[in-house]
Amino acid sequence: MHIPDGYLSPQTYAPLYGVSFIFWWIALKKMKKELSSRHVPYLAMAAAFSFLIQMFNIPIPGGTTGHAVGAGIIAVLLGPWTAVVAVSVVLIIQALVFGDGGITAIGANCFNMAVVMPFVSYWVFRIVKGGANKKMRLSVAAFFSGYAGLTASAVSTAIQLGIQPVIAHAPDGQPLYAPYPLSIALPVMAIEHLLLFGIVEGVITVLLLRYFMKHEPGLVPAVLGSGK
Amino acid sequence: MTKTQKKLWIGLVIMALLSPLGIILPAIFNAGGAWGEWSAEQLEKLLGFVPEGLRKDSDLWKAPVQDYNLGGEAAPDGVQLVSYIISGAVGIIVVALIVYLISKMVVKDEK
Repeated sequence: MHIPDGYLSPQTYAPLYGVSFIFWWIALKKMKKELSSRHVPYLAMAAAFSFLIQMFNIPIPGGTTGHAVGAGIIAVLLGPWTAVVAVSVVLIIQALVFGDGGITAIGANCFNMAVVMPFVSYWVFRIVKGGANKKMRLSVAAFFSGYAGLTASAVSTAIQLGIQPVIAHAPDGQPLYAPYPLSIALPVMAIEHLLLFGIVEGVITVLLLRYFMKHEPGLVPAVLGSGK
Repeated sequence: MTKTQKKLWIGLVIMALLSPLGIILPAIFNAGGAWGEWSAEQLEKLLGFVPEGLRKDSDLWKAPVQDYNLGGEAAPDGVQLVSYIISGAVGIIVVALIVYLISKMVVKDEK
């Protein structure tokens, strides 16, 4: 899901840099308001976790690979704005140091994986959980939080790739950047995440939520409380 | 550091050590790269041409450790697997440190 350089036209990647920049700016303000120093070690670990989980490429036999991002569980435990910062740092280092994702596409990749994903995950969790705090209900909420968050992120990526042939082509109609239209990009990205990668993300989100509820319940009052 | 935090860091180190599974499993199941992340050469094979803008921009940045591989594309498998673990270890130290510093600067003391 890391869009490389050359896949997005400037009229796509430039505005997405702008959007991500706005989210980074607000996120830092929100963190200042909502977090205290006891959260800091967990923020660092959240980023490390997201970096590592993305290294586990999951194969579709004979096909492509994909991976979880970890932004869902970070959003549920530490809040969506914290996830924006932690996952963005990961994506920027991946692009600069490891060539994973393009330099021009940093804004787009951060928007997809560090903005769309944590917010979708967070809200899906809140909505599915509702007022209930039973273990089963929380687990179901956590699963769909990771599942929907990653899939939404993939759909957002597919839309950016899929509109390229329409908005940037040579006079003879040949695409200048990402070559596949929405009618291909969207179903491919959506289906592989709905059927496999999203499920992995969902399971990871459940397991980690359960771990933290058991061992560090003080960290997650928002999760355990009524959440209103 | 609390006991749970220590355990979590050990968990992260174990993840880094296991990370080569992320290249071994795709190789076993004969799976290629991610959809939409092809190199210019791969696209040429898929499409018969390389889109003009993509050809221009695709080499914009020379990452110091391209694809988490210290040995370059032609490196033997062993080098690739060890590079992957080292990349994971370096990666988590760098991102954890940056996020730690950012949050130290931003976040207030204990409320």
